[in-house]
Amino acid sequence: MRDGITNILVVGIGGQGVMTAAEMLARTALSQGYDVKKTEVAGMAQRGGVVSSHVRFGPKVYSPQIDAGEADLLIGFEAAEALRWLPHLRPTGVAMVNTLRLPPPVVSAGLYDYPADPIADLAASGIEVHAFDAGAIAEELGNSKLVNTIMLGAISDHLPFPAEVLKASIVEGFRAYKPRLADINAQAFDAGREAGHAKTTTHRSAT
Amino acid sequence: MNAVVQAKAESRHLLSGNEAVARAAWEAGVRVAAAYPGTPATEILENIALYPDIYSEWSVNEKVAVEVAIGASLAGSRALAAMKHVGMNVASDAFMTQSLAGVVGGLVIVVADDVGLSSSQNEQDSRYWGRFGHMPILEPADSQEAYDMVKRAFDLSEEYEVPVIVRMTTRVCHVKAMVEFDGERVEHRAAGFQKNPQRWVMTPANAKPRLPLMHERDRKFRELSETIDLNIVFPGGDRRIGFVTAGPAFMHVRETFPNAPVLKLGFSCPPPLDKIRAFAGQVDTLVVVEETELLLETEIRAAGIAVRGKDVLPRFGELAPSVLRPAIKPLLGEPWEVPKRAQASVFPRPPTMCASCPHLGPYFALSHIRNLNIIGDIGCYTLGAGHPWNALDTCTCMGASLSMAHGMDKGRGESDEKKHIVAVIGDSTFLHMGMQGLLNMIYNRGNVTVLLLDNRSVGMTGGQENPGTGEDLHGLPAPRVDFAKLVEGLGVRPERIRMVDPYELPTIVKLVREETKMEEPSVIITNRPCSLTDRFERLQPYVVIDDQCTGCGNCIDLGCPAIFVARRETVTAKSGKSKELVFARIDANTCTGCHMCVETCAPEAIVQPQPQNRVIRIQPHA
Repeated sequence: MRDGITNILVVGIGGQGVMTAAEMLARTALSQGYDVKKTEVAGMAQRGGVVSSHVRFGPKVYSPQIDAGEADLLIGFEAAEALRWLPHLRPTGVAMVNTLRLPPPVVSAGLYDYPADPIADLAASGIEVHAFDAGAIAEELGNSKLVNTIMLGAISDHLPFPAEVLKASIVEGFRAYKPRLADINAQAFDAGREAGHAKTTTHRSAT
Repeated sequence: MNAVVQAKAESRHLLSGNEAVARAAWEAGVRVAAAYPGTPATEILENIALYPDIYSEWSVNEKVAVEVAIGASLAGSRALAAMKHVGMNVASDAFMTQSLAGVVGGLVIVVADDVGLSSSQNEQDSRYWGRFGHMPILEPADSQEAYDMVKRAFDLSEEYEVPVIVRMTTRVCHVKAMVEFDGERVEHRAAGFQKNPQRWVMTPANAKPRLPLMHERDRKFRELSETIDLNIVFPGGDRRIGFVTAGPAFMHVRETFPNAPVLKLGFSCPPPLDKIRAFAGQVDTLVVVEETELLLETEIRAAGIAVRGKDVLPRFGELAPSVLRPAIKPLLGEPWEVPKRAQASVFPRPPTMCASCPHLGPYFALSHIRNLNIIGDIGCYTLGAGHPWNALDTCTCMGASLSMAHGMDKGRGESDEKKHIVAVIGDSTFLHMGMQGLLNMIYNRGNVTVLLLDNRSVGMTGGQENPGTGEDLHGLPAPRVDFAKLVEGLGVRPERIRMVDPYELPTIVKLVREETKMEEPSVIITNRPCSLTDRFERLQPYVVIDDQCTGCGNCIDLGCPAIFVARRETVTAKSGKSKELVFARIDANTCTGCHMCVETCAPEAIVQPQPQNRVIRIQPHA
């Protein structure tokens, strides 16, 4: 984290909640007194394209964009997407990855191959990788939309502010707008935090 | 109600540039706001719509939006029109003359340039319009500045009686950053329209005397530019290079060269040439960093000031730190090599149509019919040019499909002799600028088959309303245009107007075949809503019974993202030819039960686990 700036790159596919997760991180950082900028490229993303959201916070943030090799944290909502954005991560960076595999139609049609094991490829690059099946945890908790909160829980111990601050900000948000979902999101956060602790070394991702 | 709408002065919020513009418009006392949706500007009007004090509307196109704003301004109201860069081309006829006549209530045009083309057909630099139309331009660099400058723009517009352009880019519109509000709404009284034909009736005799006044106004703006507090020098200790920059490029410059002096132009048109000259005298080399064209640089050089810029910087795309570093470092005698990093080789993930998209059916049909030239338009259906349909041959601008198709019909070349010409256009694009092309084609006895894909939404920008949806910007019931009657009114014979359910594949294939053979224009109108809008009804997902799937791959050709390849097998036919079989599976989370793929499956391997009686079975075509 250079110049006291934290760079977090959240990546995935349109509709997965990438932008919402980035928004939560940005709002929480703002509440902690940081200057914050968040940007994304998602013009046509609702149509199954790649979504990337950049969150930068620190004493003073100018450019909203995270350059290649400058991200401290990479949150991947899909395995191959995490691999796609690997060059944006610092050699000392941390990747927190959902092992979900979502091949696009061009792969289905046989025009391209889906990487055999993107998680292993990430780990082989020498960065710190944490990978787990966030979808399975969400299913266990009974709501597939919890993946978002699970991923935030997983990254929460790598932030410059306490995990509890992020958790409180998420849970309070639900308490205010969708109170029914507050408790289950608190559980999802904790489950994600637990799952995120294990480091991947020679992990073989599920197929 | 939205928290930002209710927020008091001196509160702080994380806002996108577009949200900041909306709040500023409200505080500035805007009474009328109009726009046509377009990335990255769409959310400006969507957020203005949250403020009940402002009359706001989706206009049918950007020219109409600006004219609505002009009318409100002449009545004395503060008014705002917002659009993406290509919208300015459409709107220009209106503001090029109104700039000469002037305004009464503050009139601000917020234009969003899609620098980097995240969702556009070209990359345009809207700063040209300020020069061309003699209008000043304010260029915010982030959300706070968007908020501050929109308020400022209204004051300037009223003081100088001219429309003011606020030029944003994607990297301001869609970046969220901290904004501190310094006020709440201040009402601006509208005195009502004061009749004054010499001022408002732009005949040659009345327009001519306005010309010297307009040039006098330009002179005043040149003076203002030298002194206004929006053009400021950020001192820096490293004087080897001094930067002149504006908009989000300023942020990238500060990020990359924190110790360099910077002259930041918030009021960038006309530029403060004396101030720039003085600044240039304090640094070794003056470098202009501007997105995207070589514009300030040309003006600065014409003033006799030595300057660099586009000789080292690209003339398109964002000037992000990753672009600035390799371009500028060599000027400092510090060679910069792009650090070598492991490049991951990952398949592309191009945008594609959605599950149950009502455009899938028409494109399935178009991809199965030979000898067509398919002239396209702007919207989600442009994706029909991609895999697996490859059934769109052109895309130029809003509404161009009908008129270009007509021109291609009239200008048929040797290879087109036996081709049928098809135009594909959506509901909103047709109402925006397509109707004229159809009228023209009818009037001039052309022969084009038109596919009017009515999905009752402006799809690509996120499902906004239009006069064909039955609702307005606020989601309130609104008069709904009847497309069949409309095209009949333009002169299409009733026999050649065909309504079709796009999910009924055999019917739509048959209809397109029939109509392309006709020697007169026809219009095929589809009638299913965009599957991402509330109008779409999600049904029980289908599954593929693996034992019954023969691997023909027909359902894969539909291009539905819910259908995946389960496995491939190569078999050898009796003739000795080998053939690849593709077995399908349907993802239950993605499938919405539209039944389109069922129509492609001869062995009836695609079923709903618990059949719903609402599904209509269509006879499979031979």
